[in-house]
Amino acid sequence: MGLLEAIILSVIAASTPLLLAASGELVVERAGVLNLGVEGMMIMGAACGFAAAYLTESTLLGTLAGILAGMLMAAVFAALTLGLAVNQVATGLALTIFGLGLSGLIGAGFVGQKITPAPQLFIPVLTDLPFIGRILFGQDAFVYASIVLVAGIWWFLYSTRRGLVLRAIGDNHGSAHALGYPVLWLRTLAVLFGGACAGLAGAYLSLAYTPFFIAGMTAGRGWIALALVVFASWRPGRLAAGAYLFGAVTILQLHAQGAGLGIPPQLMSSLPYLATIIVLVIISRVRGAAGSAAPASLGLAFVPDR
Amino acid sequence: MRLVLEPRAERSVAAAIASPLIAVGLTLLVMSVLFALLGKNPLNALAVYFLHPLTDSYSLQETAVKATPLVMIAIGLSLCYLANVWNIGAEGQFVIGAIAGSYIAVKTQGTDAGAWVLPAMLLLGAVAGALYALLPAIGKVRFGASEILTSLMLVYVADLLLDYLVRGPWRDPHGYNFPTTAEFDPVATVPTLIEGSRLHIGALIALLVVAIAWTVLGRTIKGFEIRVVGAAPKAARFAGFNSDHLVLLTFAVSGALAGLAGIIEVAGPVGHLQPGFSPGYGFTAIIVAFLGRLNPIGILIAGLFLALTFIGGEQAQISLKVPLDLTKVFQGILLFFVLACDSLILYRIRILTSRRAADGVA
Repeated sequence: MGLLEAIILSVIAASTPLLLAASGELVVERAGVLNLGVEGMMIMGAACGFAAAYLTESTLLGTLAGILAGMLMAAVFAALTLGLAVNQVATGLALTIFGLGLSGLIGAGFVGQKITPAPQLFIPVLTDLPFIGRILFGQDAFVYASIVLVAGIWWFLYSTRRGLVLRAIGDNHGSAHALGYPVLWLRTLAVLFGGACAGLAGAYLSLAYTPFFIAGMTAGRGWIALALVVFASWRPGRLAAGAYLFGAVTILQLHAQGAGLGIPPQLMSSLPYLATIIVLVIISRVRGAAGSAAPASLGLAFVPDR
Repeated sequence: MRLVLEPRAERSVAAAIASPLIAVGLTLLVMSVLFALLGKNPLNALAVYFLHPLTDSYSLQETAVKATPLVMIAIGLSLCYLANVWNIGAEGQFVIGAIAGSYIAVKTQGTDAGAWVLPAMLLLGAVAGALYALLPAIGKVRFGASEILTSLMLVYVADLLLDYLVRGPWRDPHGYNFPTTAEFDPVATVPTLIEGSRLHIGALIALLVVAIAWTVLGRTIKGFEIRVVGAAPKAARFAGFNSDHLVLLTFAVSGALAGLAGIIEVAGPVGHLQPGFSPGYGFTAIIVAFLGRLNPIGILIAGLFLALTFIGGEQAQISLKVPLDLTKVFQGILLFFVLACDSLILYRIRILTSRRAADGVA
């Protein structure tokens, strides 16, 4: 396998969890809800996914457990922020703290255990094609799922009536409510969907990417996913581009570390975080002139006046 | 049947005081269930967590030692949250303050530098924390970048910088290759209050910070501005308050307090700079700020309470063999309940049985 092919394969692998989690959060934010608990939902997906896969010896059941864990976490968030109109920023933080702790508790018994990694697709002839074979036809199901997910969200948001309604409640929940749309109910569905995506992203980390579980293994990916949504100006196409860009930054710094350029490894490791900050600043500045692309009701509590 | 929220016409003082207590009670209830699920006697476990640390003088002092950074950081954060800006990177400012202050300690090591060392360390720690917090604040004010995400990203950067320094240039040459600086000289160490105890003058500084914050918030125009900008941005604009300045100010102050807490922690209880010297004080302080209802006195009480959970968690790990992560679970659940109960101060939950009933009430 050539170096370039290896790099592309590892970039796809590093980008997939970001893309999965960020896709879900994009839908949530488009509905006007800011869930900062992505990191917590993701690590719960990783822990529960791994535990279930280890106990049942099934990647599929592990994945489903990861998705379910993410949704349960999201349900707590929905109950507080949508049911009780609690501040979304603070609740999201609580969700992350809670998830990091609980995942450590659940995963404690599984640290150091091994499972069979999620299988990769193999189609005779096609997968054997030079260069593009492994890249296009040799990935695991998560990678294909992430691409289908982004395409599906893009179609849903811009080509369906429900997608339009979702965007409407995100942009002006008052008007959407006046038109008779069930704002809180649709937001609840969006939040649960976001939780499922974050849980899936976590399951990918512990079932396919590594495949093992250690506490705190998400290492800020949930937060980077949140930044990606801003970076993408809340648009699915740009989100995919951004996720692969960030995956590339992550992989390139790893390769640079391996090449031994005499740069401290800690500086290289901080690149994804520094890149996130710089990109956020640049994007916000560029957009400053044209007005914010954020959904107008993003992060605001909604209490219907009956 | 459905539940609806109905804004309360008035907020009662009793509810404001009762809400954190109810939250703590509900959290203890959930924790009992969790202990039972882990196969431990809930009452016994709660006693280990919350009562045993109160029974011996060592643990009591240790509670004050751990509450010191929590209270200092949380006071700063409460200013930000009152102004409705979200500094969630206090952990990074805490670490940067510790690093900057330690610079002087490392450079004067083994020299005959005098009594100026410690004050200089504390000052540098506070300044560095403030500057580090100003990065996301400037990003927000000048470019409109989300301060939530940038301040959090800087936590990871600070941790990596710390890791680099103690593994590289600042590593103790006689430290058997452990990633740590040498023990600080006596002139670079925060003095203890009582001979032979770990309780240090940082605790007094924290009390001073509480007193100052209480005065500023309750008795000065600046404190009033912070509240108005947070609670009624439009009114603040009409009144001519500059919200950009307040964002910078609250971030700088909270960064300075976190940085000061960081260098006090390293030059006090820890005694040297090493990775992981903070058990997440910067994040726990967020919970302290909310549990204390963003009120300085409340934060003091909340800080002592959460310090207790750190000690109780360590003791429970040893005597009950429960994972240390249980403390984080506890803190997360506590924040959920605190936020939920706060909502009940603002709103009343009404159960509607049918659409017609709703119209009837209205």
